[in-house]
Amino acid sequence: MEIIITRYGGLLIKAMGQTLLLALYGLFFACIVGLIFGLMSVIKNKPCNIIAQVFVFVIRGVPMIVLAFFIYFGVPYFLNTIIGLGKQVTLTALQAGTICLTLNCGAYMAEIIRAGIQSVDIGQMEAGRSLGLSYGKTMRKIVMPQAIRTMIPSIINQFIITLKDTSILSVIGFPELVNSAKNVQANTFLSFQTWAVVGIMYLIVITILSYAAKLMERRMNRGR
Amino acid sequence: MKKKIMTVILGMAMAASLCACGSAAETAAPAADTAAETDDASTDAAASDAAESTTDSKKWIIATDTSFKPFEYTDEKGDFVGIDMDILAAVAEDQGFDYEVQVLGWDASIAACQAGQADGMIAGASVTEERKSSGWIFSDGYYDANQCMAVAADSDIKGFADLDGLSVAVKTGTMSAAYAESLQDEYGFTVTYFEDSPTMYQAVVGGQVAGCFDDTPIMASNIKDSGLAMKLVEGTGNEPAAYGFAIFNPDNQALVDMFNKGLANIKANGKYDEILAKYLGE
Repeated sequence: MEIIITRYGGLLIKAMGQTLLLALYGLFFACIVGLIFGLMSVIKNKPCNIIAQVFVFVIRGVPMIVLAFFIYFGVPYFLNTIIGLGKQVTLTALQAGTICLTLNCGAYMAEIIRAGIQSVDIGQMEAGRSLGLSYGKTMRKIVMPQAIRTMIPSIINQFIITLKDTSILSVIGFPELVNSAKNVQANTFLSFQTWAVVGIMYLIVITILSYAAKLMERRMNRGR
Repeated sequence: MKKKIMTVILGMAMAASLCACGSAAETAAPAADTAAETDDASTDAAASDAAESTTDSKKWIIATDTSFKPFEYTDEKGDFVGIDMDILAAVAEDQGFDYEVQVLGWDASIAACQAGQADGMIAGASVTEERKSSGWIFSDGYYDANQCMAVAADSDIKGFADLDGLSVAVKTGTMSAAYAESLQDEYGFTVTYFEDSPTMYQAVVGGQVAGCFDDTPIMASNIKDSGLAMKLVEGTGNEPAAYGFAIFNPDNQALVDMFNKGLANIKANGKYDEILAKYLGE
């Protein structure tokens, strides 16, 4: 156990940094994408609803590892060879990983947001409109604040799932924690110690995040 | 009525998942067994006939890599073949032991041998002093090979000096990885780790990395036979080392001894040359 910590500790921590960086990028863009598609699925515009539903349907129907290979290898191949743009399109592992996480997490977030908004009593929207507020204003000032309170636990859940899903991106060579751990294991042959240490590292980070999220949730509910 | 329907559906789901587990395990074993019988149709027959020879009727579990052409790979017909597979089959027939091949992948094979789930591995593993001192126990070498760098067929890279600031792909825990790591500081490139050779080659051909390090015969075979759009870079090879059959548990020394004796025999009776000619065409 000591060898892992002393000799490879620095390497693993650097890899954990990469994992967190990727997760951060992915979650940031996923929130935006999720919000856009979530709202698109609730507003009264039929084409928007359909686009949002198709997006969620496609992304949820494909395992993330398939999405990762598709984005990192498949899309550049398609653009370079089949369409013939010739080697101009490449994605780094970080870019491909971010896109993959954004799409995956974004689709699930869209559903969470849709469910959150629809869980708010329709009376709220009616009351807001009858008081003369526009659709957008009612959404922003009345419906969303109530919806967010319902959505927070699910969103935190999704954040944690996405952080763990970064491990899938080890297959496209992104130097995150699992990829580095495989190297450590290959060099030391200490499978139990390596994976125990890595498991504990994930556990610590996620526990810290969950705790921070709980604090945030408590602060939001202080008004009640 | 609703409760009844739910119980029925749940029951079917449980039964289906149990079936899936059972059939997955079974399909792995027959595939490995058929692979072991590609050339020498009478491997199992010979093994059971000579069961009273060196060892008892113990079935040795041998792990190997998923795709390392021409040493182990899946051919167009879907059979798992290769130089390593044929040598193993020939040696087993000569020595009269029974075995089962498990296709796990490179680092998974090492882990399995370490943990005792496999008895040995044959996967184009290079024999080095460093490995010997970290617990690898090798047989006699059965093939000499070195590692070198390859780039995309239309790349301008002519040597290590052109790699400054670029990234290079290697396979986790291999000689190529060690070789690349020893050069990266000097030439200023970064190393990206992949799990298997084909994914690595994909990354080179697709332009995601500037080049890759892998064993020369494997890359040469892929370029020649599978039309891989890569080329080997001259002057980037390291010192050759022999491939050996490896175990990690000293208790399995008998297996290594049998392999050595068998290897000597098949070299003497021409079977070894036959196998090499079949895959390397010389």
